[in-house]
Amino acid sequence: MMNNEILKLHYDIVKGDYIRGGEASSNIKKALMQLGVDNAIIRRVSVACYEAEINIVIHSLGGYMEMKIYEDAVEIIASDVGPGISDVGLAMTVGYSTATQGAREMGFGAGMGLPNIKNNCDELKIDSTEGGNTTITMKIYFK
Amino acid sequence: MKICRINELLNTGPIICCDDMEIDIKYGFASDLMSDVLALANHNVVLITGLINIQTIRTAEMMDIKWIIFVRGKIPDETVLELAKQNRINVLCTKETMFRTCGILFGNGLQGAEISK
Repeated sequence: MMNNEILKLHYDIVKGDYIRGGEASSNIKKALMQLGVDNAIIRRVSVACYEAEINIVIHSLGGYMEMKIYEDAVEIIASDVGPGISDVGLAMTVGYSTATQGAREMGFGAGMGLPNIKNNCDELKIDSTEGGNTTITMKIYFK
Repeated sequence: MKICRINELLNTGPIICCDDMEIDIKYGFASDLMSDVLALANHNVVLITGLINIQTIRTAEMMDIKWIIFVRGKIPDETVLELAKQNRINVLCTKETMFRTCGILFGNGLQGAEISK
């Protein structure tokens, strides 16, 4: 259960923009630091955010990230406008990747993204349809 | 291992954005795959990599990694170094290969990081 929204941040993410990719996660991290959130929690949120943001840059046609901070938790929504994940179960497999050569040259595409998001979240929901949008909802509680 | 000792062993030259030459680092993590750094490294390591693009700095920022050694004689461009400075991430550059860098540091007492997962 999440109580009382304190802050909401929204960032558009551009397809293939490896230079600005990560800026949204950086801003989210800085906001959490300003709010005095525990460092270990910030690290988990940052890694989950960054993996999700880079996924949008690498795999999608573009999208957005939204972070809502509540009194007891952080909720991050990473959503894109396609082309969707054909097999979510396969995408969750460590080592499985459909990343392009360009993404690999930037140091990504090891097939660790979604599994690492899962490891850093208390709750994870992936909604995706092949040929359609993908929305990932991540929750991390302050505890 | 103190940063000044790493500097001496690897002949890294000037350190960019140096916070403290006397700081002690116990663990190292070497990889050119940022995905693996994000999944496996801990925050209290020196990151050893040959990947000199902006996402290396972003990865270090997200992981709270404050020290990076760029190997194989690669020097990041100004944009990358500026982002490192903004995030108070200290950058060292060596002409040594990744293998030799790891060997030299390990041989002199730097330990391999315990993987976090």
